[in-house]
Amino acid sequence: MSAEVPEAASAEEQKEMEDKVTSPEKAEEAKLKARYPHLGQKPGGSDFLRKRLQKGQKYFDSGDYNMAKAKMKNKQLPTAAPDKTEVTGDHIPTPQDLPQRKPSLVTSKLAG
Amino acid sequence: MAGAGGGGCPAGGNDLQWCFSQVKGAVDEDVAEADVISTVEFSHSGDLLATGDKGGRVVIFQREQENKSRPHSRGEYNVYSTFQSHEPEFDYLKSLEIEEKINKIRWLPRQSAARFLLSTNDDLRINLWHLEITDRSFNIVDIKPANMEELTEVITAAEFHPHQCNVLVYSSSKGTIRLCDMRSSALCDRHSKFFEEPEDPSSRSFFSEIISSVSDVKFSHSGRYMMTRDYLSVKVWDLNMESRPVETHQVHEYLRSKLCSLYENDCIFDKFECCWNGCDSAIMTGSYNNFFRMFDRTTWRDVTLEASRENSKPRASLKPRRVCAGGKRKKDEVSVDSLDFSKKILHTAWHPAENIIAVAATNNLYIFQDKAN
Repeated sequence: MSAEVPEAASAEEQKEMEDKVTSPEKAEEAKLKARYPHLGQKPGGSDFLRKRLQKGQKYFDSGDYNMAKAKMKNKQLPTAAPDKTEVTGDHIPTPQDLPQRKPSLVTSKLAG
Repeated sequence: MAGAGGGGCPAGGNDLQWCFSQVKGAVDEDVAEADVISTVEFSHSGDLLATGDKGGRVVIFQREQENKSRPHSRGEYNVYSTFQSHEPEFDYLKSLEIEEKINKIRWLPRQSAARFLLSTNDDLRINLWHLEITDRSFNIVDIKPANMEELTEVITAAEFHPHQCNVLVYSSSKGTIRLCDMRSSALCDRHSKFFEEPEDPSSRSFFSEIISSVSDVKFSHSGRYMMTRDYLSVKVWDLNMESRPVETHQVHEYLRSKLCSLYENDCIFDKFECCWNGCDSAIMTGSYNNFFRMFDRTTWRDVTLEASRENSKPRASLKPRRVCAGGKRKKDEVSVDSLDFSKKILHTAWHPAENIIAVAATNNLYIFQDKAN
């Protein structure tokens, strides 16, 4: 029994290596895991959904913003972390954070 | 191979020769976000062609009638009308930015009993609107969980059946399609049919779910089939068979060995659409590098073509393109590493009766026709 254990482990490793050779997708997965070791370990919903839902706009809440300004008269509001991938509860988007969007009143160039 | 595409409804042969017809839009290198075309749709007769863009504008083109004094302009699409359809809004009450991008344009049939439209702007709900009642709608599908942390899938596309007005389908981010019959229940959370291709568990990877997400679903004109587009393929389903698709066409399988980079640059989330030709004998979808693909369902031939300004002389034939996945690159082949992933063809449309196609390449609209047209 004990003699078989090391062999079983190497058989598994062998299969994994084979997978990488025969499956380009698994090779890509290994690449991704090497770059982002913590991927897939967060609870609640898949990383894919998280990334997908995060691609949306940042929301500005005037009520939150004004209340936060009132609470912290002399202090600065918490600003977004340099890595803006997650909007946490503390960060309140300010008008300055939102990308400027003006209504497009110019005629489409397709009609030119 | 000259070209695939079984043709519209005229007795077309299987070998079509696609030629450049027209291109609309600016030649600028710097494309403004607002100018990116977000939808293309022919009207039911094919005489009108509409585009919508991210800036909320709609442009409608009309096909020119035959004109003896200008013989070359016959069949050309020229601007008929343009207007600002949507403007960006901010809902202060709900703290929501309302995007002005035109997601979809659908032509209303001129004479029809159908007075309803589906709206699926949300990832989680489908609402049914009566065209004359604008302040309320019926909610027919709601997949929002009580706790958002439990969210595992979202709705990605939905469509009404072309002939049975009570039937609709919606696809999910997990690659499943549900068919609902509004006659069986008011709230269609329970489906009548559930389409899913079985997965080989040994080939599952981190990317499996992402690339199986359905970005578009389209019923065939006949109403017997539906087509789904996921990241790497197009699948045709027989509505009477839920267990697996009847056809799978590979769009750009060579991207499977690039999934890591495509995930990092977000391209893996690109939403490609697909379309049928008039008689359902051929299907078309876009890819990267301004390539688009056509599959002939009768001959099983496929072709890759390119929308580019370099090949835009009037009536110039389009040469089939080939991508070299690995190994020695042949002359005229493009290697996978030199593909331009910023040049994506997400939206294409096929004339309902003729071999005329409209292809949106970022901010330019290309129109191609079969030589015989």
